Amino acid sequence: MPTVTTLHINGAALACDAAAERSLLSVLRDDLALTGTKYGCGEGQCGACTVLVDGVPVRSCLTPCGTIGPQKITTIEGLERDGRLHPLQQALLDVGAFQCAYCASGMIMSGVALLAKNPQPTDAEIVRFMDGNLCRCGGYGRIIDGIKLAATKSTP
Amino acid sequence: MKPKTVTRLGRGGTLAKPPCSPGQGRTALTPFTRRQFLKTFTGGLAVLWTLDLASTTARAQAESGSAGRNRRSGQRRPVELAAWLHIAADGSVTLFSGKTEVGQNVRTMLTQAVAEELPAPLASIHVVLADTQLVPWDAGTFGSRSTPDMFPQIRRVAATAREALLDLAAKNWGVDRATLTANDGRIHHAASDRAIGFGELTQGEKLVVTISENTPLKPATAWKIAGTSVPKIDGRAYVTGRHRYTTDITAGVSTSPATAAVPGRIAATPPDALTIPGLLHGRVLRAPSFGATLVSLDGSAAQSLPGVKIVRDGDFVGAVASTEHLAARATAALRAEWKTKEHISDRGLFAHLRSTARNAPPATAAASANSSPPSTDTLRQTYTVAYIAHAPLEPRAAVAEWKGDQLTVWTGTQRPFGVRSELANAFGIPEERVRVIVPDIGSGYGGKHTGEAAVEAARLARAAGKPVKLVWTREEEFTWAYFRPAGVIEIASTVDPNGKLTRWEHRNYNSGNAAIRALYDVPRDARTEQFHPAQYPLKQGSYRGLAGAANHFARETHIDELARTLKLDPLEFRRRNLTDPRARAVLEAAAEKFNWKPQPGTTTTLARNASDGSATVAPPLRGEGLAIGFDKGGYLATCAEVAIDRATGRVRVVRVVQSFECGAIVNPDHLKNQVEGAVVQGLGGALFEAMRFENGRILNPRFSDYRVPRFSDLPEIEIVLLDRKDLASAGAGEAPLQGIAPAVGNAIFDATGIRLRGLPLVPNGLKV
Repeated sequence: MPTVTTLHINGAALACDAAAERSLLSVLRDDLALTGTKYGCGEGQCGACTVLVDGVPVRSCLTPCGTIGPQKITTIEGLERDGRLHPLQQALLDVGAFQCAYCASGMIMSGVALLAKNPQPTDAEIVRFMDGNLCRCGGYGRIIDGIKLAATKSTP
Repeated sequence: MKPKTVTRLGRGGTLAKPPCSPGQGRTALTPFTRRQFLKTFTGGLAVLWTLDLASTTARAQAESGSAGRNRRSGQRRPVELAAWLHIAADGSVTLFSGKTEVGQNVRTMLTQAVAEELPAPLASIHVVLADTQLVPWDAGTFGSRSTPDMFPQIRRVAATAREALLDLAAKNWGVDRATLTANDGRIHHAASDRAIGFGELTQGEKLVVTISENTPLKPATAWKIAGTSVPKIDGRAYVTGRHRYTTDITAGVSTSPATAAVPGRIAATPPDALTIPGLLHGRVLRAPSFGATLVSLDGSAAQSLPGVKIVRDGDFVGAVASTEHLAARATAALRAEWKTKEHISDRGLFAHLRSTARNAPPATAAASANSSPPSTDTLRQTYTVAYIAHAPLEPRAAVAEWKGDQLTVWTGTQRPFGVRSELANAFGIPEERVRVIVPDIGSGYGGKHTGEAAVEAARLARAAGKPVKLVWTREEEFTWAYFRPAGVIEIASTVDPNGKLTRWEHRNYNSGNAAIRALYDVPRDARTEQFHPAQYPLKQGSYRGLAGAANHFARETHIDELARTLKLDPLEFRRRNLTDPRARAVLEAAAEKFNWKPQPGTTTTLARNASDGSATVAPPLRGEGLAIGFDKGGYLATCAEVAIDRATGRVRVVRVVQSFECGAIVNPDHLKNQVEGAVVQGLGGALFEAMRFENGRILNPRFSDYRVPRFSDLPEIEIVLLDRKDLASAGAGEAPLQGIAPAVGNAIFDATGIRLRGLPLVPNGLKV
């Protein structure tokens, strides 16, 4: 059975020893203790497991770790730089977006991908891009506010 | 310097320093025994007041009321201050409470309570929640009780500590106590320009004093920290992924980085991660349907997988392995034969509930649409509510570790002490040998009162002889948890020529009696509001608002129907039957903000829309609806506007105004967040959520088949909060969810003339 021995995560090459068929989510969480990325449904419906692979948001629960290869993975743990939060993390804190916050990591990774692609999204564009991420506490309005706030902050 | 009135405590002290420094309280991994506790506190000094302890204790117990007592076990809240609050020598304050953090921000609220009454800086306060070994007994986090019950309790705790600190400082300095003030973590003596920190006063020793109901509390009008929008405690830990939910407890990093991390990036495990070396993963074999019993089991193929242990104990079968993947492969490889039972399916649900209900009157005209109502009824109608699931994003999970006959379980439950009892019963051990720790939870919404995953993880761990983590799959969470009860509700009413209700009969079959009482002015002897328990086919239990959502849906739909029948505007009809000033205040506040347009008589917006003419592309049908309510001390009014696509039948809620009043507001922004979230969550049960089931099997146990509200379902939401500083603070977790379903249903009628009397209203859209 093929195994994965290296994954490029948050700027580092991390050693692992994982069956290629295992989900990226499981390897991140159980082997590398990068537990910021969450399990929510296992079928790509809730977005809690969202990570970036070469900047593209993917559902890590449905992504076998053997399909990653040399691509660069970014997880929620990789957003903070020198103790400074990513503008979207800060904006979501500023608007008090979260209640239980179990969705937060996936929301933030999807939102980071959105802002990278579309730095000034409209409400409709945010809704369309983020619609695969569930928040059971119902904080969608505040998350939209946070994304828009981050967009104003990252304007040159 | 030592306090004048100190007494040396021997080894028999009942409580001492908290075992963990601030920041570690809820993440400490080493089970802390009372013996260790006392070891850390031998011969310490304690501050003792010369109070009549016996009489104070008796009084406090008498005053603690039913809220603080477990009726079944006789558990009581301790009246000793040290059980609740500790001030370390450095002035840091640790508060202990049995409440659980499910995102409602109870941690923030209790921090505000201490900061307000002690008073001490917010940053100096650390709250330890829901660790049965460290916190005072608590019934659980449900019923919107944290605000009306725990918030004043913690204010009393902090105020008692403040009074004790004032006493202590007065004695130390030999000054009149009345000349001292407590502020910002210090006691001040203005006359001599002296100040001393709380920690310097206590020197980290416990304050031996009894909490009294008579301790003066600051009125809400004088609040400086309570009543303000203090941000979420530990907010940063959530947006960085650092907060550890139960599901995030791991065995640690199994391999080291192949290359050094780039400076400034966090590549490996953060230092505060919860880790249990040697932690294994469990998976439970589930029966094919509810109540099925195991006939035979062939575990040979599963057992041959590397490092897999198969556990069987009666009908309980599970696998333990080094990875979750392997544990899942093992349970998939088990060959089990089950004996199944017959069950009621969703198609026959409502007839079953009605026919098995206890003390129910015979089914009347309401049951058959074609019969004419009895002459005294103005209106008689039947409403139904489907089973729905909580679907918290963090599924049930537990980590169990046995050390000898001592069991420690980390699990996301709203009832840590209840789950401790479940575990003690399951394994036949005393509760003292069980410790339940609840990391802040990926929410519950009333769905995590029970300890199924905790018991299962503990069984697997005991059999494996190793700590085991069990995380329910989404399908398990949708199938093997419990549901918000389905229900049938019959309402019959009579209205006099002046539009006043003269009779009201509301019967709820199966779903429950929460918020069953109408706010309307119906004479006492002319109202019947009764809950009839029934035989039910699915495991059912608590859910945010309980039956309040069902009862409000039926009642407020009925009121709208009455108004239409009487050709009265629904707002005006409510006004005529409502004198409760708090209810009227929320009603007027919502109507004004929404700019409610009277809906006279049967002229629905449909009729007005119809006169629009013959545009080639028909605009969506639009309508507006109204509902009011009251539950658990909170008053609400909801106005909703819907838009219905004529071609696709899609119903969109486009705008919601909700007013809410729950006494003195403790944290305006967090309250607003709760109310907004409740409206959004309530939309799911209103529009499309329903469990489908057939003969003991759940047919839609996944998010792809069970639709919950998403970004694209979000209406424009405006919240109007009424702050009544003259009233005690009530909870807000449940009531705000209960107005949206009837408001939307009434708006759909306004838009289309179609009256929907079952929740969910439009699981497949609406053909118009």
